[in-house]
Amino acid sequence: MNGGELGARLRDGDLSAAPAVLNLVESRAPRDQAAIAELLASIAPAALGGEAPAHVVGITGPPGAGKSTLLSALLHGWRERGRTVAVLAVDPSSKRSGGALLGDRARIEFDPADHGVFIRSMAAGERLGGLAPATRAAAHALAAAFDVVVIETVGVGQSETEIADVADTVAVVVQPGSGDALQFIKSGIMEIPDVLIVTKADLGQVAVRARRDLHAALRSLGARETAVVAVSSLPPAQGIDRLLDALDAHRAATDVPARRLSARRLHALADFVEEHGARGLRALGGRRAAEKWLAAQAPGLDVPSLEQALAERAAAAGGGAPPA
Amino acid sequence: MMRTYAGHSTAEKSNALYRGNLAKGQTGLSIAFDLPTQTGYDADHELARGEVGKVGVPIAHKGDMKALLDGIPLDKMNTSMTINATAAWLLALYIVTAEEQGVTPAQLQGTTQNDIIKEYLSRGTYAFPPGPSMRLIADMVAYTVEEVPKWNPINICSYHLQEAGATPVQEIAYAMSTAIAVLDEVRARVPQELMGRVFSRISFFVNAGVRFIEEHAKLRAMGKLWDELGRERYGVEDPKQRRFRYGVQVNSLGLTEAQPENNVQRIVLEALAVTLGRDARARALQLPAWNEALGLPRPWDQQWSLRLQQVLAFETDLLEYPDIFEGSIVMDGLVGELLEGARAEMAIVAEHGGAVEAVPYMKAALVESHRERIRRIESGELKVIGQNVYTETEPSPLTADNDGGIMTVDPEVEQHQKEAVAAWRAGRDQGAVDAALAEVARVAASDENIMPATLAAARAGATTGEWAQALRDAFGQYRGPTGVGEAAGAGVGDDAALEQIRDEVERVSEGLGRRLKILVGKPGLDGHSNGAEQIAVAARDAGMEVVYEGIRLTPAQIAASALQEGVHVVGLSILSGSHRELIPSVLEALSAAGIGDVPVVVGGIIPPADERELLAAGVAAVYTPKDFDITRIMHAIVALVADRNGVSASA
Repeated sequence: MNGGELGARLRDGDLSAAPAVLNLVESRAPRDQAAIAELLASIAPAALGGEAPAHVVGITGPPGAGKSTLLSALLHGWRERGRTVAVLAVDPSSKRSGGALLGDRARIEFDPADHGVFIRSMAAGERLGGLAPATRAAAHALAAAFDVVVIETVGVGQSETEIADVADTVAVVVQPGSGDALQFIKSGIMEIPDVLIVTKADLGQVAVRARRDLHAALRSLGARETAVVAVSSLPPAQGIDRLLDALDAHRAATDVPARRLSARRLHALADFVEEHGARGLRALGGRRAAEKWLAAQAPGLDVPSLEQALAERAAAAGGGAPPA
Repeated sequence: MMRTYAGHSTAEKSNALYRGNLAKGQTGLSIAFDLPTQTGYDADHELARGEVGKVGVPIAHKGDMKALLDGIPLDKMNTSMTINATAAWLLALYIVTAEEQGVTPAQLQGTTQNDIIKEYLSRGTYAFPPGPSMRLIADMVAYTVEEVPKWNPINICSYHLQEAGATPVQEIAYAMSTAIAVLDEVRARVPQELMGRVFSRISFFVNAGVRFIEEHAKLRAMGKLWDELGRERYGVEDPKQRRFRYGVQVNSLGLTEAQPENNVQRIVLEALAVTLGRDARARALQLPAWNEALGLPRPWDQQWSLRLQQVLAFETDLLEYPDIFEGSIVMDGLVGELLEGARAEMAIVAEHGGAVEAVPYMKAALVESHRERIRRIESGELKVIGQNVYTETEPSPLTADNDGGIMTVDPEVEQHQKEAVAAWRAGRDQGAVDAALAEVARVAASDENIMPATLAAARAGATTGEWAQALRDAFGQYRGPTGVGEAAGAGVGDDAALEQIRDEVERVSEGLGRRLKILVGKPGLDGHSNGAEQIAVAARDAGMEVVYEGIRLTPAQIAASALQEGVHVVGLSILSGSHRELIPSVLEALSAAGIGDVPVVVGGIIPPADERELLAAGVAAVYTPKDFDITRIMHAIVALVADRNGVSASA
């Protein structure tokens, strides 16, 4: 498969390229790696002449918090505002069999005739509590063509950090009465999200109390900017417009190029360490030296190019062979 | 009372069938509705395609109901309607039809099934979310207890739980928990002095499997629990009002496609389970037909089932004695064990917040039980004669000449019904219908009882699809939990067969570049998802990535999902007999999406002639109930994907 061609289709806003893009970036076959690198280079900021215009939104929360129902309502809202949406729904894999049940799709309502919506289920693979290896690459690629890219993951306290490194805006979904999110935020297990969504607002008092508690906790932590939005996805849906506005507002207030740039550098280093281990890191003069060196590289480079550059530098220093 | 579950094609044809059965000595009616009617769609809705008149009769409005019951005296009839999500509507049509015969609601006798919990757990013909659905049920109970006092507004079905794999303990516990959910809801809207009458109108529809001694004990246990519940939880003083009343359809899950004649003795033994001891004897009994696993039974097949009952009732001495288990230590011990297990399981459901909140828990538990049952059959631990043991057979004269010996529905029926619905809409007072539906919508959003507005809409000539749509708009769409995500994986004692299939999946995935990915789903309105769920869980355990799409999908949805998900193979399951319409549509939709090369495998009750047609149309493989070995199906799917993608599955 030709990665450059797929990249060109994405750059032209051809949404029908999405399935082929995902099939490619999910491939671990050696024969496909060159094409993947080509694809990612062709939609890197350097090739696009700036950051991809999409809003990359991470949505995470515990099972049963109402993420799928909420996502159905959000999809509908974005479409009403004329935006195209890609959803990457990440589900955990079984440790023993490697298999995975990707069930979220069944709970997201969408019109199969609407070509402005793309939904792909992804297995988290072997990575603990985090994102599927290909999810990040997929999000980068789809951001070149879609207006909104959503990454949906399950969990509280584990996946937010990784999601935060990919998404421009991270929203955590909590259901009233569970108290989990509150505990996690207070104890510092969970990073403070950009937007907190309290679902099942139709529960009335319980939801009001949950919202108030979250507000108080966030204030006490000095996180006054975090928006707390109560929604009810059951008809008549409530709060969806306010939530869409809150997500937009966060993005408008964020230095997206800076956030994405630092994320790309972080990922490149993480990928390098995964590949070359502590020995590779030593060859670069340690983590801080590597970070400093990365900060001096051109801002428009994509993750694989940065990782390649790190590998070459390490090899030159004699600390590990460059990848084939 | 003796009945056979019947209805098909059109109201007129079903009417002729009912009259024929009544003439043969049947003493009540049991109406089977088609899936569009059960899920609240008219024949011309996209989702109704291929399903009209298939598993029952289509009833779109009061005119259809009138034709269905033409010449049948409703003041003398005891009518059982297998209807759930749209029960309030079908009862309204029945009441209106009776009124036109000059029969008052107070004279009507019968039952609406109306057990929505088991629809989420097993049968899949729900239309609205659980909360609003329970409210509709409670409205009906509150209405009928005053206005249609001889009606059983709800018939709690443990039947479908056993079909979904429930153990006897699960069957008892989930049925009783469902009853509690309903009664608690009703208690909030009727005065306490009416609770005795409400309690006495609740009946059950249970299953009986071939382990007929234990099954009999199960029924005795249910009777005890019910009595206890009435006395302790709802303060019902009158013992007569606390009597456990139940009807039975004996087990279909255990009926085999292989050597189907053996099903006759299974059915007789199962009938014994519910008739042996007088203290726990069924009030109404339905027997399935011997060839149910092959397709839709013909009148002759149904007659055979009726004759089985008549031999038991009139030739044997079964009904001549008092309770023959009175004082039996063994029976009492069995009952005690079941009670203990059921009470523990009911406590778990209560901890989840009751039956409504516990639907995902119960669903996952059933998927697991069913999986265990299949494992035992595959390993030979559970013997099924003719299927996994004693499989050698002489050629069967019963199935020799007529391609499986089943009845099919004329595809013309659907077109006819579509035109008939359109004609009905054109011929009525549209203003009156609009006003009546607006009133239904208003009441739905309030906390008033839904029945008066529903009756008014029925009289005005609204259709099933219109009434249900008004409620869908008010309550929201809903997709039930699938249970497959939560179901536990294969146990720690993974056997060699599992290791082997995982190795194969791993090798093929290496060759493909990414993990073998399968889409499993059910096109059409058939909600019997057991088969699809078992395939999904087995595929995950084999190491595949499984996109489980659940029930009620259009061909366009399946194609869009297959494309977006990048799956290597599509697995479809259909049990409603609509495969001849829907499967080719899915194949077309896949081709239109540019992925016509993705292989499609189909599972379901599919007669040999249809199997040949499907294969000719491009389906890669067809699996029927005789293919009970899921591991073998998994191997075949891996081999199929390997073959189509030019990679190797063997080491």
